[in-house]
Amino acid sequence: MHKILSATFIAPNIKRFTIEAPKIALKRKAGQFVIIRINDVGERIPLTIADSDSEKGTIDIIVQGIGKTTMELNSLEAGDFITDVVGPLGKASHIENFGTSVSIGGGVGTAIAYPTAVALKQAGNHTISIIGGRTKEFVILEDEMKKVCDEVFVTTDDGSYGKHGFVTDQLKELIATRKIDFVLAIGPIPMMKAVADVTREKGIPTVVSLNPVMVDGTGMCGGCRATVDNKTVFVCVDGPEFDAHKVDFKTLMTRNQSYLMAEKESLEVHECNLNSLASTQ
Amino acid sequence: MAEKISNKERMKIKRQIMPEQDPLVRRNNFSEVNLGFTEELAKMEALRCIQCPKPTCVEGCPVGVKINEFIALVADGNFLGAAEKMKEDNLLPAICGRVCPQEEQCEVKCVVGKKHEPVAIGRLERFVADYERETVGIRVPSLKPNTGKKVAIVGSGPAGLSCAGDLIQMGHDVTVFEALHELGGVLIYGIPEFRLPKSIVKEEIDSLSKLGVEFKTNEVVGLTDTVDELMQNGYDAVFIAVGAGLPYFLNIAGENLNGVYSSNEFLTRVNLMKAYRFPEFDTPVFNCKDKNVAVFGGGNTAMDTVRISKRLGAKNAYIIYRRSDVEMPARAEEIHHAKEEGIEFILLSNPVEFIGDEKGWLKAVKIQKMELGEPDSSGRKRPIPIQGSEYELPIDMAVISIGNGSNPIIQKTTPDLQYNKWGNILVDETTMKTSKKGVFAGGDIVTGGATVILAMGAGRKAAAAINEYLISSNPEILN
Repeated sequence: MHKILSATFIAPNIKRFTIEAPKIALKRKAGQFVIIRINDVGERIPLTIADSDSEKGTIDIIVQGIGKTTMELNSLEAGDFITDVVGPLGKASHIENFGTSVSIGGGVGTAIAYPTAVALKQAGNHTISIIGGRTKEFVILEDEMKKVCDEVFVTTDDGSYGKHGFVTDQLKELIATRKIDFVLAIGPIPMMKAVADVTREKGIPTVVSLNPVMVDGTGMCGGCRATVDNKTVFVCVDGPEFDAHKVDFKTLMTRNQSYLMAEKESLEVHECNLNSLASTQ
Repeated sequence: MAEKISNKERMKIKRQIMPEQDPLVRRNNFSEVNLGFTEELAKMEALRCIQCPKPTCVEGCPVGVKINEFIALVADGNFLGAAEKMKEDNLLPAICGRVCPQEEQCEVKCVVGKKHEPVAIGRLERFVADYERETVGIRVPSLKPNTGKKVAIVGSGPAGLSCAGDLIQMGHDVTVFEALHELGGVLIYGIPEFRLPKSIVKEEIDSLSKLGVEFKTNEVVGLTDTVDELMQNGYDAVFIAVGAGLPYFLNIAGENLNGVYSSNEFLTRVNLMKAYRFPEFDTPVFNCKDKNVAVFGGGNTAMDTVRISKRLGAKNAYIIYRRSDVEMPARAEEIHHAKEEGIEFILLSNPVEFIGDEKGWLKAVKIQKMELGEPDSSGRKRPIPIQGSEYELPIDMAVISIGNGSNPIIQKTTPDLQYNKWGNILVDETTMKTSKKGVFAGGDIVTGGATVILAMGAGRKAAAAINEYLISSNPEILN
């Protein structure tokens, strides 16, 4: 059992948790993830470790409530417990001093881009970050990014904050004006694909972090397989970060929809239970 | 003593049939297929044992259960005594009685079997274990005085559990590390409820806890702690028993379509995560209802998978195997049960391509027919493709069940162990010692995918060698 020490919404539907997990806090490196199971009937879901404090023995995760499990998770508060937390899983990000690096986070993807931006800065990079959100309220971790990065740009799809447009618009502008040596992009699949398309023609090394459906997270089931460089990889043990120019995003997108119907059913049952609970109170 | 009846009379007794659920009923439920002997059936079957002075059956048992002795006690009606005798060599008898391939091990060596059907050793083992558990509860043996030595066991599957059971009895402190949230390894995630009820696995593992074995779930050795860190943190020896656990795929076109699974994933979703009770449990699995399902492979895992799909409502459930039924590695009983439940066997057939619809979902498989040629390195006749024989079979779900490679996590994080080209850990076959001091390994991570009981045998061998290693480095613990 892992105690939740703090739980705060940082955007609509997006919650930041600090969880007791001393061993993981001690071990984890940027880019790695945990698998959690909320309770005894819960499913196992992967979540990237956004931050950690090895002295306090805690890790932070940032969760967007989309399906039943993430919505249920986001209903938990400080003092509640999560039944299982296992990790740190996956390979750590490959970090070196590339020169000038750009870390791009789209929506909740910024939570995953953040720890790698920290590591890139520590390795001596001139570290730029681009934070994208649909609207102003979906721009997360701006203050944290500003603390570690040399430059921070914000874009919103509707222009309600920062630059009006997509993260790729900002990226193109940067590429036009200076030499960019490395790009990390984490967010919705269409965004990562768009970034990959921009940097491919310029030959800029680009890495994306994939978040497919997983079960065990240790290579045992093969459910998280993706196609990279025309070969099958297991994201949990071979990744989660891969060369953006070699990832087959179309297959990734299709495979992520494998359980759409089941997720819908699960969520409906969950909401129905919540409603009947509310009506009896 | 067993009743004084002549061997001739014993031979007249037919091998007793174990009651089982009706195939038409059981293919709609997840309850256990085999129902086990009654006391009367067990005693009758035990009378068939002629109590050979040199019991060859014992030689056939990878963990050396004193089969003749426990069967004599069953014949006497001393079922609890039989349980005690059995547990001198095997602390997990209810599991072994269900999943061991006895027909290839103890029963194949049974002298009675030379002229008649062999004594049903596996069914008797199962009966005795169940009798004890259901009447007085599992009783645990006594321990030797504590040696103060600590052993870490990596993996709570059959190899790890049997090793833990022996080492704790020898007086060592034992901690078992498990990556998943539940204990049992393949016994929990792999073998389905209808063949091995999970409550039985839990109770036998609980008996190890009662003996003092400490279990830690959610610990991925290699990532949460490395093998070196375990040694630095006070463990005197480490036994690596992480299993195979990296599924092979066919490497044919269309394998990443939606609806294509590995057996490991399908089984883990259903058995460990209880997807057959979705949405009561949160984890979903492909909705098999009224669908066509094909499982590729001919082993026990393939049989488990296809029988589950039938229970989940599949309209047509196929086993597709590239050789003939003679070469199938699955147990005869599993094949027989599968056929009874309406599974269709498409033999001498090999998939060459998965075909998807415009949305990326599987809709058919292209099959190539095969014929058998000369024996290959495995001793089985080599399947040869028949050119021009390809045809399409409409299917909605495919499960690849062609075995497992070795999981890379230990190898990546413990580079100073020696591995073969497939990533299996190299060990001395008699002691299970690796190239690294104090580190032993056994089970599927050494042999590649094998059986539960072979892994248990490896666990016992390792326990004996670890005990010797701990004593030789500190002879005073013998005093």
